[in-house]
Amino acid sequence: MKNRQLDSALGLDARTGPLALIGKVVLHGLLVLVFAGPLLALLVSAFSPVSDPTRLTLLPTDFTLANFRAAFDRDVLRYLLNSFLVVGGGLLLQVGVSISAGYALARKRFPGMRLVLLLILSTMMLPEEVLAIPLSLVLSDLSLIGSLWGMIVPVGAWAFSILVTAEFMKEIPLELEEAARLDGAGDLRIFWSVVLPLCKPALGVIGIFGFTMIWDQYMLPLLVATDAKQFTLPLALRTLRADEQVGVGVLLASALLALLPSVLAFLAMQRQFMRGLTSGAVKG
Amino acid sequence: MWLRPSAGWARGRLTPWLFLAPALVLFALFKFLPMWRAVEMSFHEVRPYLGDRWVGGANYQQVVTDEAFLSAIGHTLVLAVGQTGGSVLLGLALALVLEGTARRLWIVRTAVFLPTVTAMAVVAEVWRILYYPAADGIANSLLAWVGVGPSQFLNSPDSALWSVMTVGVWRGAPYDMMIFLAALAGVDRTLYEAAAADGAGVWRRVWHVTLPALRPAFVILLTLAAIRSLRVFTEIFLLTNGGPNGSTEVLMTLIYRLGLERGELGVAAAGSMVLLGVSVLLTLLVGLSRRGRTGKAVT
Repeated sequence: MKNRQLDSALGLDARTGPLALIGKVVLHGLLVLVFAGPLLALLVSAFSPVSDPTRLTLLPTDFTLANFRAAFDRDVLRYLLNSFLVVGGGLLLQVGVSISAGYALARKRFPGMRLVLLLILSTMMLPEEVLAIPLSLVLSDLSLIGSLWGMIVPVGAWAFSILVTAEFMKEIPLELEEAARLDGAGDLRIFWSVVLPLCKPALGVIGIFGFTMIWDQYMLPLLVATDAKQFTLPLALRTLRADEQVGVGVLLASALLALLPSVLAFLAMQRQFMRGLTSGAVKG
Repeated sequence: MWLRPSAGWARGRLTPWLFLAPALVLFALFKFLPMWRAVEMSFHEVRPYLGDRWVGGANYQQVVTDEAFLSAIGHTLVLAVGQTGGSVLLGLALALVLEGTARRLWIVRTAVFLPTVTAMAVVAEVWRILYYPAADGIANSLLAWVGVGPSQFLNSPDSALWSVMTVGVWRGAPYDMMIFLAALAGVDRTLYEAAAADGAGVWRRVWHVTLPALRPAFVILLTLAAIRSLRVFTEIFLLTNGGPNGSTEVLMTLIYRLGLERGELGVAAAGSMVLLGVSVLLTLLVGLSRRGRTGKAVT
């Protein structure tokens, strides 16, 4: 007979009875309150009339869109659009670069391959924060300062995405490729119609990770933006907070807009996210 | 016609490089070129329009002797240790409590994970509101419930670093939880049965079976988290910007200030190199110790 008590380390899940049930509900409720509570409070408060900067509320009071109206008056739509342009462009570039490089690493053998792999791995040790100062000089040499392109192009190559794609492409049977080659298909054709359609799950993983990573970017936009016109939404929060004339409501509404896309993307693609999380963590 | 064979040969040889080219160009421009310039700058006094002047190790000397740098290094280490340890321990606790297959557990796990996918800038603004230093601020109201006096949180040099650390743990623990959960799923259930047959209770089971199985996850998480917190920037920049009174100044905020606000690019670059050196060293050390351990396990 199978003992459910032994399904998990603590066996909490299997314990039944009214006392255990109450204990679990209380504990889980507390955890949700501690971790998701502040974000839920942000959600509710953004739709409530706020005057007092000390208050976030979990309980809806009078529903109002005034905070969002005030936020749109402060150009928040432009910041949101900038964020979407950066994340869209950056992600498109990153996916393209990753599948292309991943294909070469996974399906080709060529002299210098180990060196290339080593170079790509080493970039994981060169965090953007540490290279921020010289990076800003390079960006200025390339005339990328003061333009959204400066936030898009540098996020195009990301070692994690390349490695995940390559790992995934290695699993695709070589026979498929050979069959296509016998049919007279060239590299580009094999890449496009044989390998790519089979690595949709990998695209999901790098897509969701790329999205959250680019959305979370702070240092790069900070280096690149020379004018509020180029601010991404996360960057703009700091100025909106400092704006004492408008009050905390604008900040709440804008913060909610900055929170939603990444959280929604995560909720929609949870399974891919978990897969990437474990593979990314294991491979460093 | 005579071009044909050689073009074909070249194409075969070139193909992988063509596919790799975009990635290599971007890495060269945005990783290796800045890296090279950082090394170069760290040995120079950088003077725009006047030409740089070679100063040897003077920048490095300033980094390791300057009081501002020393205290920033201190804060960075305190933060790295506290944040790493805190989130790994809390993450483990969360994983143990939330392990299981029930749908309710899955929902709770998802809710708990939300801070990790929320942009740091948003997290910082939310916590600034929570930390509002008046007696009726939210965090202070909660403290009052458990009978602790109101705190200034981010506004006082005594509590600012701890307050920042709390935010880091809050955002980092759920990530660690997910890694631990993945590792827990791989634990051999027959070992639990064997332990139960030997009369071991829950705690002995956790201590002798679960924790040893989690060792690789511990190593990975400790390294990743330590390296990440060494280069912490955004939360400090947004929560305290190094203040009050320099009590939360970390290496990255100091480097940013020196390089981009005061134009001391050489010293800033030297600081970056020190930081980079420490994180690479840490990575290699852990990598070596892991290799040593698995090597021993095999032989």
